[in-house]
This record gives sequence, structure tokens and C-alpha cells, in this order.
Amino acid sequence: MTATAKKPPETEDSHQRERRALRLSWVDLFLWAIRIAAIIIIVVGLIGSIQKFIAGEGISAEGWRDLLVSSLSQGAMYGLLALGYSMVYGVLGFINFAHGEVFMSGTMVGFIAANWLFENGIWDSNPILSLLLVLLVAMVTSTLLAVIIERVAYRRLRGSPRLIPLITSIGMSFFIQYSFAGFFGAGFNTYPPPPEILAGSVTIFGVEIRTTQLTVIIIAIVAMIGLWYFVTKTKTGRAVRAVAEDKEIAGLMGINVDRTIVAVFAIGGAMAGVAALMWALLFRSVNFLTGFIPGIKAFTAAVLGGVGNMAGAMGGGVLLGLFEGLGPLLILGGLGIEGATQLKDAVAFMALVLVLVFRPSGLFGERLGSDDRV
Amino acid sequence: MKSNRVMRLLAILGALALILAACGDGDTTDTTEAPETTDATEAPETTDAPETTEAPAGPPEAGPLGAVTVAPGDPIEIRSLEAISGPVAFLGIPNERATQMAINDFGQIKGFDVNMGVGLDDLCSGEGGQASAQTIVADEQIVGVIGTSCSGAAVAAIPLISGAGMVMVSPSNTSPALTSDLEGTPGIDYQPGYYRIAHNDLFQGKAVAEFVFNELGLVTAAAIHDGDSYTQGLAQAFADAFTELGGTITLVVGVGKEDTDMTPVLTEIGQSSPEAAYFPIFQPAGDFVVQQFAGVAGLENTQLVGADGLLVSDFLGIPESEGMYFSGPDLAFGENANAVTGISANDFLKSYEAEFGEAPTAAFWAHAYDATAMLLAAIDEVAVELDDGSLFIDRQALRDALSSFSGAGMTGELACDEFGDCGAQGVQIVIHEDSSITDSTQLPVVFTFKGEIG
Repeated sequence: MTATAKKPPETEDSHQRERRALRLSWVDLFLWAIRIAAIIIIVVGLIGSIQKFIAGEGISAEGWRDLLVSSLSQGAMYGLLALGYSMVYGVLGFINFAHGEVFMSGTMVGFIAANWLFENGIWDSNPILSLLLVLLVAMVTSTLLAVIIERVAYRRLRGSPRLIPLITSIGMSFFIQYSFAGFFGAGFNTYPPPPEILAGSVTIFGVEIRTTQLTVIIIAIVAMIGLWYFVTKTKTGRAVRAVAEDKEIAGLMGINVDRTIVAVFAIGGAMAGVAALMWALLFRSVNFLTGFIPGIKAFTAAVLGGVGNMAGAMGGGVLLGLFEGLGPLLILGGLGIEGATQLKDAVAFMALVLVLVFRPSGLFGERLGSDDRV
Repeated sequence: MKSNRVMRLLAILGALALILAACGDGDTTDTTEAPETTDATEAPETTDAPETTEAPAGPPEAGPLGAVTVAPGDPIEIRSLEAISGPVAFLGIPNERATQMAINDFGQIKGFDVNMGVGLDDLCSGEGGQASAQTIVADEQIVGVIGTSCSGAAVAAIPLISGAGMVMVSPSNTSPALTSDLEGTPGIDYQPGYYRIAHNDLFQGKAVAEFVFNELGLVTAAAIHDGDSYTQGLAQAFADAFTELGGTITLVVGVGKEDTDMTPVLTEIGQSSPEAAYFPIFQPAGDFVVQQFAGVAGLENTQLVGADGLLVSDFLGIPESEGMYFSGPDLAFGENANAVTGISANDFLKSYEAEFGEAPTAAFWAHAYDATAMLLAAIDEVAVELDDGSLFIDRQALRDALSSFSGAGMTGELACDEFGDCGAQGVQIVIHEDSSITDSTQLPVVFTFKGEIG
């Protein structure tokens, strides 16, 4: 290109440059049009909603409060799942589609424990112990499964083109789904209702919040603090960060790369196990396909926050939950559209597109390994 | 040059593969299916002959849709097309079994056996319905079909089956699109030759509306569907009937079949605090609706009503489902007997349990039995024995006989309107008060409804 570029006369070169500039400006114009249109729609929708609210029509204050809390708790669950996607992508550079199934395994095996506790009366007589037990079972199951997947399916593929582990992960995902269908049946299992102490609601700063949702949010915060401590303060955590930065150099510095990658999968699995407990408290019904949609949403959350960025995964999850829960009613409802919640997923994914239009590397910025940086 | 050689090699390989495939076919038919294949190949030959040569000579003349001639010793061919695999198999399997049992109870038609063949699968989807219908219309000996289980499968199957001049009698389709709006306008998917025993969903919607408005005395309601043609049609039928009675529909809204967080949609419904909410959807979306309903502002006093899609034990076991009403087909069959075979519903259940070791898993077995008996009685009415000992069945005459059929069935009085709605149109509403009772037949009936056709 450089050799041929010298030959043509100056005029043509400048002409080409001009055309390129023009083309760029068309794309720019289009993007700006999208941005402006989005901002107008959002502002008009918001104003409409606020007017409606002041006029005393539409959703009541309690309604908005419930929506906000349920969106936050759902978002926290997406965030914990997104960590698994994000960390694996940061270290190995491929999307582990089987992560949704790691989560599903936690919910399914956790159900067996919860059901046993319920049938023996421990669920209600010893609620805290029961929840901790279910959490432990779910975390152990998910962690084990994640580590086994890494050992069986991905380790052999290290160093192969990135498409190959990606396809393998899709295969793994189907394998796990239908193995669970085979072992546990295809029907729906329903967790027992949350124990008595979580049944009602509590008042914090004069705001009434349902206890289960509050618990879920607290669990997520605790899990995040634990994870933050692990990654920044422990030796293994520092090794994880080093490997994410540059596998080869980390290896030269005496870090056992394979062991560290196992640790990454184990952490992702453990967080999926925590998310499984949250699912048990929030949604309760599980079957072998339970992991699919949350998996897709969590992956979206990871992209939203910035792939490879742990704070981004959590923030992206919470934001996605808010977009999904509040977006349709707040913006489309404000525009006077009836049945706006039917467009929940459309709003959530539009929000993703818009975030990427405004900030292509995600809200919190990507953190990629040396192979992925240009 | 090189590529030429490769091409030649490929061509030779292809030719070899063809020869091998041909040999393979020959082998298998020779060894395993020898007696059957000779039957199958002979049958069309014998039917072709009388249709073209004897029909003008003999007394019966084939109508505009043609006719089927069954050679002496051959059976009369009908088929069963139900959802027998996948998540809806609980519905299709008892239907298929009831069809076979009705054939056995009916016995021979004018000295000819009736053969159902191997049960076909509609997969409860358009694709499944179409694929099976193609298999069916490829065999010109087939007179009629009992099926499908799901309306979505029927929509895809009926154009083919109707086009081939055959008839199809469904035990459990309920979509108004397949028959009519009950006021003389055919549904968009109606095709001549289609009949069904199950109720038209317009009646189910009306029954729920009357129950909620008149019996419960509630005047505002919302409806939730999941975008599927069955649930959407039923939710809309309820909304229309409720409005007609003088009630107010606050919102008809869809949820995704895969949605888990129902708080947004429930909050939207809660805006106008309806007194009742009808959600004729399925699991798992139904689970999430009922579990998350309780805490939503504006829905504290809303009465929940579901439909038969949720009358399954996994759903009834959920504690929050207590206090719900469910609409579904009228199941008070008891000593109702099918006039054609003389078998009563109770007798049928006894022999079903004796034969299969379990009770039927879904409610439409009686409809399947009635559908089969109706088809066989109609064949019996129009079939003509020819001098050479074969049996002549005119396709148009069969449709006419079905359209004018009337008689008692296990499900009630059967009589077809001009768009193929033949059922007794009985709908009942049950109440679910105790989540430890997960057998839907044990739920007390609180309301019954009889739709009037015509």
C-alpha cells in the first residue's frame, strides 16, 4: 500500500482522502442522529412519566419502589453471573457459554438440599442454617462443575484458535443441560417458599422493602466485597490479575498459569453458586433450561460494563436489571404506550446498543489481556 | 489436471455410493419387511383398478373428492396424529391410546378391520404437523385422521389433509381460527374436512367472563397471555366477552415464555388494580406470575384465574396457587356413554387403567374416544360393499356424513356446525384451595357452562 501510494498524482490522493473524510462523516452523522434521537426519546419519556406521577396517574410510589428494588436484586444476580463470563474472557479471551449451565447446576442441586431441609422441618426451624447449607451445596456444585469443565474441555484447547473453545463451550452447554434433564427429569422443581423470617418486609429509612429482595442485595454486596478482597489482597488473586495481564510473562515470573486459570474458573463457579441461591429466593422454579436466559443476560451485562473488568461486570449487571425493570415503564410508559413491559427485552438490548454507541468499550472500560490489545 | 482426477474419483465414489444405497434398500426390504411390502405395493394397484375401470361400471360413482376402495382382506386405514413426545406428550399419549381403544371397541366395519397404523407425532408445533401431514397424504388409502393435539400443529396440517380430500377430527384443538367465530364467519385457518370435539375457545373465554362477572361479582379484570396463538386467542376471547357483559378490561398484556422477573408486568397491571386477572398460560411463566403476584402494589385483592394449561401437578403444588380458579373442559363424564360403541366413560377409565397401569395424564381422552367413534360411525354409514368384495368409501359422502352427525358421546351431545365444531362445548371452572392436592381431577367444580352452537 505504501509503495503504490507514492505513484498516483497528488490530486487523486487528496481526493481519496476527501472521500474517506466524507464517508466517515456520514457514519458519524448517522451515529449522532441515533444518539440525539435516543436522548430525545428518553427525555420526553421521562418527562411524560414524571407528569403522570405528579398528576397521580399510573404507577404509584409503592409501585416504583417495588420495581426499583426488584430490578436491583435481579441486576445483582446478573452481575454475579457476569463475573464468570468477564473473568474467563479477560484471562482466556473466549466466551464460556457453559457458564449459564454452571449456574443451573447450582440451582438444581441446591433444590435437592432445600427440599430435603423443607421436608424434615429444618427449613423453617433453622432458616439461617438452611440457607447457608443450600448456599454451600450450590457453591460447591457450581465450583466443581466449572473446574471440571475447564479440565476436561478447555485445557486441552489452550493455544488453539479462539473459535474452537467457543464452539466447545456451546457443546458443553448442551451436554450439561441434557445430562441434567436425564438425571433430574425435564419437569419444573419449585423451591420451598422462603423461610418465615424472610417472608415479610422490613422498613429501612422509612422505605418498606421485601426481605427476600433485601437479602439478595446484601448477599451480592457481601460476595462482591469477598471477591474484591480475594483478588486484591491474596497471592492467588494477584496471580489471577497477573495472568489476565499477560499469560506468558506471568509464567516467566514463576506463576503457575494452569493453576491460576483453574482458580479463575473456580471463582466464577462459586459466584454462580451464590447467584443460584439468589435465584432460589427470587424465582424458585428451576429446570434444566434455567441457566440459558440468565446466562445470555449476564453475558450482555458483562459487555455493558466492559469485558474483563470485574467492577464493570457487577455494575453492568445492576444497570441491565434497572434498564429491564424500569426502562419500559419509565420511558415507553411515559410516551403513553400501553403494555410497555412486553418490550422489556427490546428495551434492555436497545440500552446495550446505545451504551456501546456512546462508549464502545463498555461503561467501565475493557480490561483485556495482552493478546487482545491492539 | 489434478482437480480433474479428483473430480473423476468423486464421481466414481458417488456412483458407488448410489449402487450401495440401492443394494442396501433391497436387502432390508427383502429380509425384514417382505410380507408387508408386498401388501403395500399391491394395495394401490388394486385400488387404482376399481377407481378407474369399475367405478363407471358399478353402482357407486366417485364424488368430486375421489374415493377410497379397500380390497378384500385389507384394513380401512385411518391415522392418529398427536403430540406424543416432548413436553406436551402428557396430552397426546392418552389421546392416541383412546383412539386405538375406540377402534377396538367399534370392531369391524362391514367385515373390514380398521387400522390406525403407528401413531404419528405432531410435536405440538407447526413443523411437526406439516411433516406428519405430508406422510399421511402420501398414502391415498387413508380415509381420515384423528388429531392433532395442538392447534398450532393443526393449522399447518389441515391445508394438506383437506387438499387430499381426507377428513381430520381433532380431540383437543380449541383455537377459534380453526373453525369459526360462532357467528357464521369461518376462521382464517378453517378448511373443509376439519372437525373437532373439544370446545371452541370463544366459549371458554365466555365461560370465564360469566363466572368472574356474574358469580364472583367482579367488574374489572386484566388478562395475560404469552404470545402463543392459543393463549393470546383465549385471553382476547375472555376480554371481549367480559367487556360485552359490562365489565372493564384494564389491560391485555403479553409476557415472554422465558421471562422470570414478572414484577414489571405485574406493576403495570397493578396501576389500575383490577379485581381479577386471567392468565391462560403455561409453566414456567405461570409459576413466576403466581409467585411474584402477592407483593405487587395494587394487586393485593386481585383474584387469579388460570386455564387448563396450568392444571398440572407441578403447578398445583406451589403454595401461592391456592385460592386460584381454573377454566377447562367439562370433565363430569361419569356414566355418559358413547352411543356408537356403548362404552361409558367410567368403563373406559377402568379398561384404560387395566391396560396401561395408570390413569390418563390429560383430560382429552374422552374427546379422542368420541372423535374416533364419530369418524368410524360415519365411515360405516357411507361405505358401500362392491360385488367383487371390496369396500368403496366416497370422500365427499364421508364429509357430508360427519357434518350431519349427531349422537351422544362421553363428552355430551355431539352435533357438528357447518365449520366443524362438533363438541358438547362444555366448560367448567374449578377451585384450588389446598396445594397438597395436586391431582387436577380432585378439584371441586364451582361453575359449568354449556355453549350453544348455531
